[in-house]
Amino acid sequence: MKPSPFAYAKAKSLDHAIELLSHPEARLLAGGQSLMATLNMRLSAPKLLIDLNGIGGLSGIVVRNRTVEIGAMTRHAEAARSPDIARHAPLIALAMPHIGHAAIRNRGTLGGSIAFADPAAELPACLLALDGEVEIAGQTSKRAVKADDFFKGLFETALGPHDVLTAIRLPAATTQTRVGFAEFARRHGDYAMVGLAAAAKADGQALSDVRLAYFGVGNTPVRAKGAEAALAGGGIDEAVKALASDLDPAADVQATAATKMHLASVLLRRVTQQLMEARP
Amino acid sequence: MKIVDDSPPVLTALDRPNSYIGRSVPRPNLARLTQGRAQYVSDVVLPRMAHVAFVRSPHAHARIASIDTAAAKQSPGVIAAVTGAELAKVITPWVGVLTHLKGLKSAPQNAMAVDRACWAGEAVCAVVAKSRAEADDACELVQVTYEELPAVTDPETALDPATPVIHPSINDNLCFERSHTVGDPDKALAEADAVVETTFVFGRHTGVTNEPRSIVADWNPGDQRMTVYQGTQAPHMMQNLFAKHLKLEEHQVRVVTKDVGGSFGIKVHTYADEMAAVALSKLLKRPVKFVADRIESFVTDIHARDHRIKAKIGVKTDGTITAFEIDDLTGIGPYSVYPRTSGIEANQVVNLVGAPYTTPNYRARARVVFQNKNVMCQYRAVGHPIATAVTEGLVEMAAAKIGIDPLEIRRKNLIADDAHPSQGPSGIKYEALSNHEALAHLDTMMNYAGLRAEQARLRKQSIYRGIGFATFVEVTNPSAAFYGVGGARISAQDGATVRLDATGAVFCHTGVSEQGQGAEAVIAQCVATSFGVPIDKVRIIMGDTDNTPYGGGTWASRAAGIGGEAAWQAGKALRGNVLAVAASILQAKPETLDIRSGVVVDAATGAERLPLHELARICYFRPDTLPAGIQAELVATRHYVPKAFAFAFTNGIQASYLEVDTDSGFVKLLKHWCVEDCGTVINPQPCRRAGPRRRRARNRRRAVRALPL
Amino acid sequence: MSSHRCDISLTVNGEFVAETVDARTSLVDFLRDALVLTGSHVGCEHGVCGACTVRVDGMIVRGCLMLATQCDGSAVETVEGLSDSGEIADLQKAFEQRNALQCGFCTPGMLLTAQELLAQGGVPSREEIREHISGNYCRCTGYHAIIDAIEAVAQARASK
Repeated sequence: MKPSPFAYAKAKSLDHAIELLSHPEARLLAGGQSLMATLNMRLSAPKLLIDLNGIGGLSGIVVRNRTVEIGAMTRHAEAARSPDIARHAPLIALAMPHIGHAAIRNRGTLGGSIAFADPAAELPACLLALDGEVEIAGQTSKRAVKADDFFKGLFETALGPHDVLTAIRLPAATTQTRVGFAEFARRHGDYAMVGLAAAAKADGQALSDVRLAYFGVGNTPVRAKGAEAALAGGGIDEAVKALASDLDPAADVQATAATKMHLASVLLRRVTQQLMEARP
Repeated sequence: MKIVDDSPPVLTALDRPNSYIGRSVPRPNLARLTQGRAQYVSDVVLPRMAHVAFVRSPHAHARIASIDTAAAKQSPGVIAAVTGAELAKVITPWVGVLTHLKGLKSAPQNAMAVDRACWAGEAVCAVVAKSRAEADDACELVQVTYEELPAVTDPETALDPATPVIHPSINDNLCFERSHTVGDPDKALAEADAVVETTFVFGRHTGVTNEPRSIVADWNPGDQRMTVYQGTQAPHMMQNLFAKHLKLEEHQVRVVTKDVGGSFGIKVHTYADEMAAVALSKLLKRPVKFVADRIESFVTDIHARDHRIKAKIGVKTDGTITAFEIDDLTGIGPYSVYPRTSGIEANQVVNLVGAPYTTPNYRARARVVFQNKNVMCQYRAVGHPIATAVTEGLVEMAAAKIGIDPLEIRRKNLIADDAHPSQGPSGIKYEALSNHEALAHLDTMMNYAGLRAEQARLRKQSIYRGIGFATFVEVTNPSAAFYGVGGARISAQDGATVRLDATGAVFCHTGVSEQGQGAEAVIAQCVATSFGVPIDKVRIIMGDTDNTPYGGGTWASRAAGIGGEAAWQAGKALRGNVLAVAASILQAKPETLDIRSGVVVDAATGAERLPLHELARICYFRPDTLPAGIQAELVATRHYVPKAFAFAFTNGIQASYLEVDTDSGFVKLLKHWCVEDCGTVINPQPCRRAGPRRRRARNRRRAVRALPL
Repeated sequence: MSSHRCDISLTVNGEFVAETVDARTSLVDFLRDALVLTGSHVGCEHGVCGACTVRVDGMIVRGCLMLATQCDGSAVETVEGLSDSGEIADLQKAFEQRNALQCGFCTPGMLLTAQELLAQGGVPSREEIREHISGNYCRCTGYHAIIDAIEAVAQARASK
């Protein structure tokens, strides 16, 4: 099937893109790896596509002030091979191989993935686990929104119809930072059946500031706060028990709710083990 | 570690001096595929060609109250918007039944739904436009009002009196039922030392060809001819059907099949939307192209393998299997697919349960029921995956119940290799099988004892590995017993015409076709060997009903077994013709000559006497120099059909070694072995691919394969 | 500023191309229909199967998930170009010799994807090869011969 007809505009600048967003049925085109698929099957029919790929200054990875700042238009492939990401945002590096395939990663962007907010996607959960934030440019101002406040519902975020997500900011890893990532997917590159992105601070064997962000279990990535507290208290078994009240996944084409809950607990044990290992 | 090489073939009478039989010859058509210069139907472009998109029913079952195409017709680029009722004036409906499947019934199916849509995805209106995009746009403007009807979606209740009958004209939702009893299964089960009873449920599959179904139909009113470019496995079958339903003479239809992006049986059937595309071309007097998109493929490509089988096996404590019993329920779509019918898969299941074993007691009941879902029909290994899974699953469970080794129970019950000709539990007749030899080979190849030891050792470390087996018997190379006897115009025979051109190259026109399995290579190997030229001098013409002998196409492994045999015989016949002429030119006796590597030689010494290009030059350009009474016939045609046995059964055994993550339930395949007796291996390399193909001829030979993963 | 029809100019396999395209025309449809370069194939139109894989500005992309108009000013390469330049001659030969293709529909995408991996240098492990080509579906071969062919070429290139 071919997409419904639309007009195309290549934004010359961020302001230009925001101006173009005043069109009532406009969509932003970043990597296009999710958007174009929905258009090709006519699951979505915008009248105007605003191409962000020509705007300078929206991509790149900079580490400063103990923050990793990633331009929204940074391609997954660039992040995957970035030594800065590997050193300062290791959770992102762990997630990258699970995102689609090589050709997808060459075009797909980190900003696009987070703005699209697919509930089974890896990067939104990583943002949540790292207590990161996004920078949003609106018609009149810029603002920062924390990950905890960004994901609102199914494909629904804090982005309004005239907003452009411009950057992602993550706290840079320290020597105490521990991260863990695992997902269950039937095939490599598939959206996850259930996945877990986790970050914590370690002091010897004790974990603190534990953040467990599950994906594939709800309309948004979900923090398992009971399990987080239990892990910080030192008990993996208690953490697994706490999942029963933390998570309430619905069944989907991939798995029943019970299967997802079970896999969530398996992931917790595996990821906890990763958190307990000192960074190389 | 790479794919394990086959052991080199032992030379036989088939091995003439430049024999290609048994050699891994690269396929001749590969370069255009690797260069991206192939011609798939989806690549075909013709002058004034238009594109069709279909409005498809979103309802499983609904009366079509009205269709308003006025807005669609005004949409940019639109040439026509045609309803099912309008198209029915151009193309007649069909019924997918075969008389030898007794009682098989189905209602007539139209190219597009008329009055009633019977599955979600059935085409109800066609929009033809200058581009697919414009056709898609206009489809959204077609207004269809539906009145939803109750849908039959559960095969278990499809035959209940309370369930609506989809087609009242055929009284109920039963498409086909077959019962088969051999021996006394009740007694055998009652007297068994152990009985295992269980239910197998298989989900619907479909073939998912990488290239979706594609067709370009070109009605030329000047020629009064319909040329159809189609990725079909059976060009002559489709030629017949297009002619029949468009009320044309068969010779007014030409079906051309070039490169096919995967088929696996998906593209051997008659599809309503493809018939509609052909009818539209006739109606609109211009080429019409239809390429299914991926979602269309999932809802309209034939589905298969949707079975619920209640099964029983009876065994004695010594491991003897005394009985098999199955009750197979399969839910198809609202129509039996044309012309091969949707009863064949269940029929095969009945035929093949227990097939490799000596079990004398067998009862089977199979019922095929209509539903308001997509249609079902033959797909890759028709019925075998079901029958084998059920049989081998039962055998495995029986072995566990009585505490006997799974390989041992098979040894105990497989038909002895020297017992053939014989028959299977369902009565199917075997010419020769080698189940025990295959099993012995597998045992050694996989080091079964070693794997069991490893399994036990690792289990102590909480690592769970499993070893599974599946023995099988496979139906290939069908005679007319498969379709012809039932009234279908599907050719069981096939033909090959070989001709020598003016420079000493050989053309072979064959009725079998290529979808990637290597049919072109195998035919070339047969011709090159039986005629006597290097293989790069052989050019194969296939997939064109105007230019190939009438044939059945490629399916059920017949390209090599039947097509290859015809090509072999034709090559031999041409050699005879050429040597007759050569003898007169060389003043020798034909029986003292041979053709080797493109040269007529002295058979005894190999001394070169006359190159073929020189013989051709004389025959074509200097026939004045030939002796009086000699007319060179540098063309020969031979046909072949299996007669002695209804099918050529092959046999084999496969084993899997895998690891189960007992935390997550995920399974990791570690190794897989296939041993298959496919007769004389014509080309070992395609045999070694995953998804084994067969090359059949006379002798027993093994293709073996281990897959390290 | 915005338009349903776009004028684009780009190079395709080194050849300068200037065309007017519908905004909604995908790159792969543009290549196949406007330029009649049918070597890149359409298998799913949602970026999953890899049959449409082409190279844009040196990187492999899904031709079905990029718009032709997005390639204005870019250098696009298809299997035909990589074939004629000889860049993938060793890969093609290895595929042919090892029967690493049956119907051939996935093959152009597979070759372009393999070439991107091999161009990184070194000899990838079989696991790395499998991971890299996991976005290219093959419904015919079962992949082993493809992995063998890519591995063999990697070794041959590394030994030069």
